[in-house]
Amino acid sequence: MSNSAGTPGDITRRQLLRRIGMSALIVGPGAGLLSACATGGTTPAASTSAAPSAGGTISAANPFGVAADAPLEVVIFKGGLGDSYATEVHEPLYKKAFAQAQVKHVATQQIAQTLQPRFAGGDVPDVIANSGTDLMDNGALQQEGQLLELTELWDAPSIDDPSKKVRDLVAPGTVESGLINGKPYLMNYVFSAYGLWYDSALFEKNGWTPPKTFEEFKAFAEKAKAAGITPFAYAGKNAAYYAYWMILISAAKIEGNQILLDVDNLVDGVWQRDAMKQSAAAWAEIAKYMDKSFEGLIHTEVQLRQNQGKVALYPSGSWLENEQKEQTPEGFKYALSPTPSVTAADKMPFEAIRAAAGEAYIVPAKAKNPKGGLEYLRIMLSKAGARGFTEKSGNITVVAGAADGLKLSPGNASLSAAQTAAGQNIVTFSSFENWYKEFETELRKQTNALMFGRISADEFCEKMQKAADKTKADSSVTKQNRTV
Amino acid sequence: MRHGRYPFIVGFLAAPVLLYVVFVVSPYIQAFYIAVTNWKGISANPQFIGLENFSRLLDDEIFWAAVRHHGVLLLVMPLVTIVIALFFSFLLNLSGGQRGGRMTGIWGSKVYRVIFFMPQVLAVAIVGVLFQAIYRPDGTGVINGLLGKVGIEPVGWLIDPDIALLAIIGVMVWQAVGFYVVLFSAGMSSIPKDVFEAAALDGAGRFTLFFRITIPLLWDTMQVAWVYLGIAAFDAFALVQVLSVDRGGPDNATTVLPMEIWRTAFNFSKFGYASAMGVALFFMTITFAALTLRVTRRERIEF
Repeated sequence: MSNSAGTPGDITRRQLLRRIGMSALIVGPGAGLLSACATGGTTPAASTSAAPSAGGTISAANPFGVAADAPLEVVIFKGGLGDSYATEVHEPLYKKAFAQAQVKHVATQQIAQTLQPRFAGGDVPDVIANSGTDLMDNGALQQEGQLLELTELWDAPSIDDPSKKVRDLVAPGTVESGLINGKPYLMNYVFSAYGLWYDSALFEKNGWTPPKTFEEFKAFAEKAKAAGITPFAYAGKNAAYYAYWMILISAAKIEGNQILLDVDNLVDGVWQRDAMKQSAAAWAEIAKYMDKSFEGLIHTEVQLRQNQGKVALYPSGSWLENEQKEQTPEGFKYALSPTPSVTAADKMPFEAIRAAAGEAYIVPAKAKNPKGGLEYLRIMLSKAGARGFTEKSGNITVVAGAADGLKLSPGNASLSAAQTAAGQNIVTFSSFENWYKEFETELRKQTNALMFGRISADEFCEKMQKAADKTKADSSVTKQNRTV
Repeated sequence: MRHGRYPFIVGFLAAPVLLYVVFVVSPYIQAFYIAVTNWKGISANPQFIGLENFSRLLDDEIFWAAVRHHGVLLLVMPLVTIVIALFFSFLLNLSGGQRGGRMTGIWGSKVYRVIFFMPQVLAVAIVGVLFQAIYRPDGTGVINGLLGKVGIEPVGWLIDPDIALLAIIGVMVWQAVGFYVVLFSAGMSSIPKDVFEAAALDGAGRFTLFFRITIPLLWDTMQVAWVYLGIAAFDAFALVQVLSVDRGGPDNATTVLPMEIWRTAFNFSKFGYASAMGVALFFMTITFAALTLRVTRRERIEF
């Protein structure tokens, strides 16, 4: 260490200290050395916002005070989204803002295998796209104090309009979807909408329009059946959750988002409320038009049947179009329809869609350049960054209006229109899927039983209430809570 | 000669014993310990909770559904497999009459032997994927396609809760038969041919040869087969995982203990409770093996 004192490379010494886990202690270069030995590596890195800024001055253009010459390392999951959005859009934008900074790009398909040892060793990158099958458990990372809290990012001024905060220019629910234990740690970037997907070309040819109410849905089902097409189908073998999403969305449209919060919070009797019963009954009625054999198929098999024009409406999220790219025949145009209204007194209009932000980007708390990491995320959330992402990856981001004027795929254009039509009428996401896996497994099971006609809607609600009560009473399950 | 003999033996035994202790014995012992804790697989300090996990098992309906399925598997799978394998190996080895003083199988038996053994060399995952296509519930499935040709409606092999488990047992039997044909063939070839000759001279037909001569002299081999198949009946994890609706469905109709252990540990993060199930499974398997060996013990026939 002694030789580093004389060298001009302030960064070298700082890096060295951080590698042995003392990042939070280096307030002044001198004071750090002494106190560092006392507490050693046990310093919890959760004291994130107190992490040292690398000496850059805070200004309107540089709200986090990023050191202009600090290198930045970005690790991108190279899956369905590719990684050209980072190498060709976001990283050049960062270089433009900080010309002296070295940007190191790492692309991997195995985030956990690549990064777990680095987290253990304390040598972590500055930005991570934590996605894919092998993503790291964000909850566990947060518990270990490895994640930087992002409040600073959401409260920072937007690049496009410095008079507004970043959080005000993203889709509603984006910040909330990235909360862990009530604090924002994840930047969920890709905007996904859930609803009924159909081939608008097929509908046009047959003179059909997607149903707006369940009465229309039934009439439509008869018409589709007469034309030899299954009106609505999902894959029971591995995608029962696509169906329970629909049941939950309809319940929320009837009663409002409160019912979904109550489901997550395991509130007594929530599954036996009228909204839930009506929703389950309405969907079970439509499911009667679906052949029993769909219970034994997997999602790609059902999606292929839709591409072949044998299934009219399919419940899914907006990744569907990309997922089916290879199988989609010429002339097939994906479009999104919101779920039909169940009653005339629904709290939310037909246009309401469930939309949620997904694909988490994180900044490690023990990164060498955490300020740079935050700035990188702020660049991603700028209009230029988001627009470039949509161009390169074919997916819409949470940044409001960023895709305006872009030439979108049919599915994305329809999603964009649905998003505009929905406005603030957004059905909220569900957290129980991550919190209470055992309960979620039971819901899948009972959803199949309901949709394939083995139990009634009342039995479904009764069984799910029992499962919820059981989870609530289970002392071995850590309970969580959400208020938004 | 004597000098240096023990180090030699110990040198050979040490490595396998060490490996066995590290990879088999110690996980078993740890499972017993984990079963009395509430370990979640993440934290480093599980808490001791006594027998709570085991009392929880008593009113876990999914656990009991799985146990019932093992009962069905244990009754049906070994019996069907052994009957079919015995029948085939008799045909392959002994039913062709005598030629040059030797018992022979039916014509082409060498080819059949290879065909029967084929499923055994396929990885179980491949078997699963094959049967996904064979059992597909609509008209595009192999079986349902054939049924459709004779005007029978598609059968929901894996989606009808009443027949899903039987469909999976069918796959297990299909895969196992080849191995036991070979095992029984080996057993039959070790029966001295004069026994058959003498019986044949006395006018015994094939039926008598099979029931009066072959089966009693094969008893030891069949006993081994029964234990092997019984233990296999306590597994069935891979096929259930690949074939069944939502892993053990529909409505828990096909779930088995290894499936629930896997789910409880790795999906629900309840390693303690999963270990309790594992301990229960351990005792079931041991009990079964001990019972089978004891109940079927007979006087060995020397020849």
